[in-house]
Amino acid sequence: MESAGSLKKKPLDVQEKIRENKEKQKMFRKLEKLVPVFLFLSAAFSVMTTLGILFTLLKEAVGFFSVVPVKEFFFNTSWKPWSGSFGVLPLITGTLLITFIAISVALPLGIAAAIFLSEYANSRVRKVIKPTLEVLAGIPTVVYGFFALTFVTPILEKFIPELQIFNALSAGIVVGIMIIPMVASLSEDAMNAVPNSLREGALAMGSTKFEVAMKVVLPAAFSGVVASVVLAISRAIGETMIVTIAAGQSPNFTFDPTMSIQTLTAFIVQGTSGDTTYGSTIYYSVYAVGITLFVFTLAMNLLAQYIARRFREEY
Amino acid sequence: MNTTHVLKTEQVKPNPKEEKNVFEIAGLNLWYGNDQALYDINMNIPENQITAIIGPSGCGKSTFLKTLNRMVEMVPTVKTSGTIKYKGTNIFDPKRNVEDLRTHVGMVFQKPNPFPKSIYDNIAYGPRIHGIKKKKDLDEIVEKSLRGAAIWDEVKDRLDENAYGLSGGQQQRLCIARCLAIEPDVILMDEPTSALDPISTLKVEELVQELKENYSIIIVTHNMQQAARVSDKTAFFLNGELVEFSDTNTLFSNPEDQRTEDYITGRFG
Amino acid sequence: MNGFMSKEQWKKRLNRRILVNRIFYILFFAATTIGLIFLAMLLYRVLTQGLGCLNMDFIKGFPAPYPDEAGIYAGIVGSIYLIAIVAPVSLVLGVSTAIYLEEYAPKNRISRFIQSNIQNLAGVPSIVFGLLGLTFFVYMMGFGYSLLAGGLTMSLLVLPIIVVAAQEAIRSVPNELKEASYGMGATKWQTIVRVVLPASVPGILTGSILALSRAIGETAPLLIVGAAAAIYTLPDSVFGPYTAMPIQIYSWISRPGEEWPLVAAAGIIVLLAVLLLMNAVAVIIRNKFQKRY
Repeated sequence: MESAGSLKKKPLDVQEKIRENKEKQKMFRKLEKLVPVFLFLSAAFSVMTTLGILFTLLKEAVGFFSVVPVKEFFFNTSWKPWSGSFGVLPLITGTLLITFIAISVALPLGIAAAIFLSEYANSRVRKVIKPTLEVLAGIPTVVYGFFALTFVTPILEKFIPELQIFNALSAGIVVGIMIIPMVASLSEDAMNAVPNSLREGALAMGSTKFEVAMKVVLPAAFSGVVASVVLAISRAIGETMIVTIAAGQSPNFTFDPTMSIQTLTAFIVQGTSGDTTYGSTIYYSVYAVGITLFVFTLAMNLLAQYIARRFREEY
Repeated sequence: MNTTHVLKTEQVKPNPKEEKNVFEIAGLNLWYGNDQALYDINMNIPENQITAIIGPSGCGKSTFLKTLNRMVEMVPTVKTSGTIKYKGTNIFDPKRNVEDLRTHVGMVFQKPNPFPKSIYDNIAYGPRIHGIKKKKDLDEIVEKSLRGAAIWDEVKDRLDENAYGLSGGQQQRLCIARCLAIEPDVILMDEPTSALDPISTLKVEELVQELKENYSIIIVTHNMQQAARVSDKTAFFLNGELVEFSDTNTLFSNPEDQRTEDYITGRFG
Repeated sequence: MNGFMSKEQWKKRLNRRILVNRIFYILFFAATTIGLIFLAMLLYRVLTQGLGCLNMDFIKGFPAPYPDEAGIYAGIVGSIYLIAIVAPVSLVLGVSTAIYLEEYAPKNRISRFIQSNIQNLAGVPSIVFGLLGLTFFVYMMGFGYSLLAGGLTMSLLVLPIIVVAAQEAIRSVPNELKEASYGMGATKWQTIVRVVLPASVPGILTGSILALSRAIGETAPLLIVGAAAAIYTLPDSVFGPYTAMPIQIYSWISRPGEEWPLVAAAGIIVLLAVLLLMNAVAVIIRNKFQKRY
């Protein structure tokens, strides 16, 4: 081992070299001052996107409301844009019907899966089931739509003969399956955040795992679970392809799940298809529907964030 | 207040080598937000010596060390007052940039923190960021630094391997080598052996002794035996104040302040 | 046992509680598997329907009016072209935004606003991005129903996902590494380029691949910004008409007749294969770099 003392006679003086490069480094440092500016502009870009969405939706919706009165839009119960009747209620009931069916499927299954994964499953089982469940979330919605139309609907028809080919029930169930992973994984996160000491306290008093899950974990993780469900509702409201393919294009003002309906999103697809001319009332109506959809989902997202933020303060 | 500590320093050393100071600290106060962490620190740190800083945890010794290369400013709420002169110029001078200060005042951290890169790239990191790019120069620096940190023989055949494959003790010596690569004048060490086993600790301590010939070393340690073993001078911090600063032998055998005596005899801390 | 309950009562109650626990264990497990069973049925169904149509002619063929002549080649190429636009645009913007938010942004209301804006943007339904693209790229910028309009619309759609993934990756770089770099006199940007980004590349790549696979499977916004259902040539420029795999699949699903669903299923197999490949790459990257620190 060479002694550190020999370093004194430096054949290469590093600090000297650093000094030589100093002018160049100074220039870099000046250029570096611009970096945060550029990065800030990138970050501002996402804000501009939001503003862009608001601006385009509002601008075209204003065009719509200058032709169709606001009152007719929100209170008329008939949506027949091609014959001049613009009451958005059937689209809203259609959307709500789909969302209701979807949540009826996803809420019990998603929360049950979350409880199973967080309270019962050992880490090996979890390692297999969790990613597989995530695959469900990665399947393109057009595939779900295809499956709803060609597989789920024919099966349901066997039990409900009066079921229409395009119907809310089949689409709603499949939307529900699609959002299971969302409910399950967000709820499981909330349950995992519950301190183990609470579980141990209950188990030490002789509680069964089921009692711990229901009486300790679920109440403690409650707001997290609720937030996950609210987010899932938002996803269901905004889901487009499944309902476009499997629920049909008939804006019926009904809550009958066996009937064909039309959702807000499905109308947007229909209203922007090739035969709509730019600047027509139908073109503008798409944006009025779009802003309705946007407000619904934004409200749900903000609500979920609000609930989740309160939840974080609990521990 | 200022003069008493300085005087104490001067009194104990007749050695002419110690006349030069790397750091002259006067009236240093430091706050994290509204909490004051350092109170009116005055001390002169001599060149080419090992200065140990001891004290119970939370006494401000690490904060003080990180103030010397202004790393403490990584915490955005930090405010300071007073002056620290490094070789005659105030390090808080707005015209002086921190990068330049840190090329002269290097630092070794509590936990070994090599980059997830090869051993070679770890050492070459410092020279490269300062614009040294020639392979020949870098090769020379890498070898010299690794020899300087007494780890060359252990790693010379695997310079291209990831530094994470080294043991904890080797990683820490690699970090010292990385620090040596830009040939700073001062090396600040923040409890460099607290994460190491006894044998690795011994190796690092030996290394620190050797480095003293070319570098001024300031080492924070919670381990009083370590301070007594390796350092020439020792400063005792308590609750953000510098209680006593003198020759290591004097401080441990004949402390002036009651609080120092209480601490080194293990009555608290 | 105690004054309130006889030993027998207590024992009975305990057995009942254990039974309830057992039953619910089975119920919870069954609920968990329903999603998986559904997934298995979906895959089985698509494979049995589609494999018959899946051959080289299908992969190399263009859309056609007859089921036995239809192919997905234009869709595959279109999807690749789209990703060629989406990947650079969304990666540059997304990673820059993430660096800004994690490393530069002062802790003030503007930064918090940008952060919550990104979170909300990630929750906006994809079809609304389609409307933005239609007004802004198709009409205002005058790109028409072009590949460019589709690509830029998709870039905005995946941008928030990439930002969030990149932020997580950057945040997971240990502070000690940054300190080591600053301690040697590196500037902030040098530290970001030489330490933070290399250490977070695996995370950023994994997240980005997943985001891009979302873009590949996304149908609704492309329908809005006018991806063509039937196209007989490949796009010759970014201003040309284009199609994409999910658009082809959708157009086959909507056609009447017994055989079109089989063609759609074949298209779905190709789409799922591409997604599977991308996810496999993401998993490999993640596993390879997992044990870094």
